Amino acid sequence: MDYVIEMLHITKEFPGIIANDDITLCVKPGEIHALLGENGAGKSTLMSVLFGLYQPEKGKIKVKGKEVSIKGPLDANALGIGMVHQHFKLVHNFTVLQNIVLGMETTKGGMIQMADARKKVVELSEKYNLFVDPDAFISDITVGMQQRVEILKMLYRDNDILIFDEPTAVLTPQEIDELMQIMRDLVAEGKSILFITHKLNEIKAVADRCTVLRRGKYIGTVEVKDTDKEAMSEMMVGRKVNLTVEKSEAKPGEVVLEVKDLCVKSVREGHSQNVVDHVSFKVRKGEIVCIAGIDGNGQTELVHAITGLGGMSQGQILLNGEDMTKKSIRYKNTHGMSHIPEDRHKHGLVLDYNLAYNLVLQQYFEPKFSKFGFLKKDKINEYADLLIEKYDIRSGQGKDTITRSMSGGNQQKAIVAREIMKNPDILLAVQPTRGLDVGAIEYIHKQLVAQRDSGSAILLVSLELDEVMNLSDRILVIYEGAIVADLNPKEVTVQELGLYMAGSKGSKSAGKEEADHE
Amino acid sequence: MNKKRKFDYTGVLSSVFAILIGLIVGFIILLICNPKQSAPGFFTILTGAFTHGAKGVGQVFYYSTPIILTGLSVGFAFKTGLFNIGASGQFIVGGFGAVYVGIMCENLGSIHWLAALLAGVLFGAIWGLVPGLLKAFFNVNEVIASIMMNYIGMYGVNWFVKSYKPMFNNIRNESKPVLQTANIPKMGLDKLFPDSSINGGFIIAVLVVILIYLVLDKTAFGYELKAVGYNRDASRYAGINEKKGIVFSMMIAGAISGLAGACLYLAGTGKHIEIVDTLADEGFTGISVALLGLCHPIGILFAGIFIAYLTAGGFYLQLFEFSTEIIDIIVAIIIYFSAFALMVKMLIAKVEKNKGDKKSGLKEPGDAAASKAVSDKKGGIKA
Repeated sequence: MDYVIEMLHITKEFPGIIANDDITLCVKPGEIHALLGENGAGKSTLMSVLFGLYQPEKGKIKVKGKEVSIKGPLDANALGIGMVHQHFKLVHNFTVLQNIVLGMETTKGGMIQMADARKKVVELSEKYNLFVDPDAFISDITVGMQQRVEILKMLYRDNDILIFDEPTAVLTPQEIDELMQIMRDLVAEGKSILFITHKLNEIKAVADRCTVLRRGKYIGTVEVKDTDKEAMSEMMVGRKVNLTVEKSEAKPGEVVLEVKDLCVKSVREGHSQNVVDHVSFKVRKGEIVCIAGIDGNGQTELVHAITGLGGMSQGQILLNGEDMTKKSIRYKNTHGMSHIPEDRHKHGLVLDYNLAYNLVLQQYFEPKFSKFGFLKKDKINEYADLLIEKYDIRSGQGKDTITRSMSGGNQQKAIVAREIMKNPDILLAVQPTRGLDVGAIEYIHKQLVAQRDSGSAILLVSLELDEVMNLSDRILVIYEGAIVADLNPKEVTVQELGLYMAGSKGSKSAGKEEADHE
Repeated sequence: MNKKRKFDYTGVLSSVFAILIGLIVGFIILLICNPKQSAPGFFTILTGAFTHGAKGVGQVFYYSTPIILTGLSVGFAFKTGLFNIGASGQFIVGGFGAVYVGIMCENLGSIHWLAALLAGVLFGAIWGLVPGLLKAFFNVNEVIASIMMNYIGMYGVNWFVKSYKPMFNNIRNESKPVLQTANIPKMGLDKLFPDSSINGGFIIAVLVVILIYLVLDKTAFGYELKAVGYNRDASRYAGINEKKGIVFSMMIAGAISGLAGACLYLAGTGKHIEIVDTLADEGFTGISVALLGLCHPIGILFAGIFIAYLTAGGFYLQLFEFSTEIIDIIVAIIIYFSAFALMVKMLIAKVEKNKGDKKSGLKEPGDAAASKAVSDKKGGIKA
């Protein structure tokens, strides 16, 4: 048995597009095999084929040397293939144990029997150092723990071929390290892992071999230890990619955005608590200030308070010296504030509108685009064509495409284009490259730097350490709603930054000090 | 532009499909009830409307007027993300407003009917405004609020008409007829369709359809309303006052339903507000019309006329000893199947794909998952 999984010459077509074109993927037993590719390269389609969600037009699948026909996820499961999805499939008001047994409960006379299941779960948890509490509720445990529950789910079903779909996207740096260790432990116990990602660092850290896809085509399979990151990213994107952002020294000018002593209170289970805790900072013209922190430390609430999407209980926001605290969202939108929102589907786009309509989402009422209350559709379309051309937004039918049918990367590009074209004084970019591939990230980073150089102030909120280190001119670390450090990216290491983010370094007064001495 | 037309084409096709299935099932029901008479009965449903030539056609337009408007009311709210199940209450309250002005305001002369009509619009708007305000400011589900408004409206109107002497005809237990000046003028339609009950109300309905189409499709206001309907969060992000959107949307929907009531009771055809404890049918037929018309104003216009046409034909079913309820069943089935629009779209997509495959000589995959994926994709693009 040379390979546990062989997907040979898989071809899968959709009308107008060949999602997988003659792709071969072979995973050896006991290896961590990375599947690398940009968004839309065909990784998900290939996995859907493996799970029987799609039937390929050509090609065959062998599992452990035997040719198989997989008609659905249950077949895949029976063959020992399990998957941790990017978005976990857990029931939040169930306990860990209930989630793990869900779908294969042992019953006796119609009554559920948990004792054996508990024993097995605890054993597995100990064997692979997962440290999961079987009786905790999913809603109470961290995202990293939830992922471990997903892993346990696969192990409980005796799967020995484990697929991880972009598992690190939601984790903190420390959690990523732990996950890598878990993955190493798993292969040491004889499991095989297929690891889908577009992060080169992680492949370098953990994978044995790596198969690269690009635009539905098979590019090659390489030994990870013999290949450097640059070569892999070139295989993935098809051209040389600059992994570090080229930018000149920042030339900060006058203060554009000033946040003074901002608090956001939230009441949870009767306790009121400051989710944003007395935050003060300034962003100047021509600099990129980054708010770094682990997800859920008040970044969302902070940005929502600044933009007006959410409330604040205390504090003041000044834009170009004007008090914006009580102004409407529209007033802020039309007075120099742009916002690339964290959740592009919830806030950034009206998914059922076409691209042209979405590109004027905050401007449709301006005299440029409407007259006597009637929309000037030709002007809107003209403007859309301009942005599509300038920012290379790709879609099926150009400006008429319903945005729901566009790829995530292009949706994001559309938002970035819209926000930058407003030529804002302050641009709030919240995780602007979330879920995007290297090519798109490079592009958006370049746009942000260009916008900085043209004199905008940029407030970046990011969870990605690489992005924080590469892009920012100043780093503010947020922990439990408070700014705990004001750092210069040139003088701080990634490890140090990680410690600040985890709250083990720095003090809650850092933000206040800054406000005091300025 | 081409793409848009193509979308309409599948949409319309699914409605046509629903109509066909509805008619077939209707025929089966006729067969079950009375096999001998089923064929002529069915024939009557389709041709009954034309029995009296131009008069029949005029009657269809007359029947269609209120349901086009209530359909438009529901469809408009739907486009803006709200389900206006309160058309019935808005209809009766609007009708009451119109009748009140029609009876009580004597010296208005030639603008009397217009004043009565506007009173109907105003009363309907107020009735729509209440659930709109509740939804916008207290997040009360508009479905529940407007159902309650239906009952408040119905009983309120009954009570007021009954206890207010100048309006009440206690012999027939209904409202008194409105003054002659309050009847909507014929606007020349009586010449086109002699002897029928048609009046200017139909023209008003068509004008309102066009107006709503323009508002939804061409104006910045419509852009806002639809954006709020599709995605409240993104609308907030865009600086749109979504509370205002919801309030306006419900108010306009109410106004249209109120106009429907006014058009019916000011038609000069002997329709009076009857003191009965049932909600006005027109409001619920409006939901059917809106669904069959795919919530598009022009679609609603045709759907309203179509349902009126079936109703007119169904009236003659009695000649064959069928009860007219059969028509309600057929309409219900048609609506039922128009909810399958998505399935029809998928079927069409599948047929198209098979055609394409044959042309390009590709092997037909023939598995459900693939065609589902295909149709999902198409649905995503078109919908």
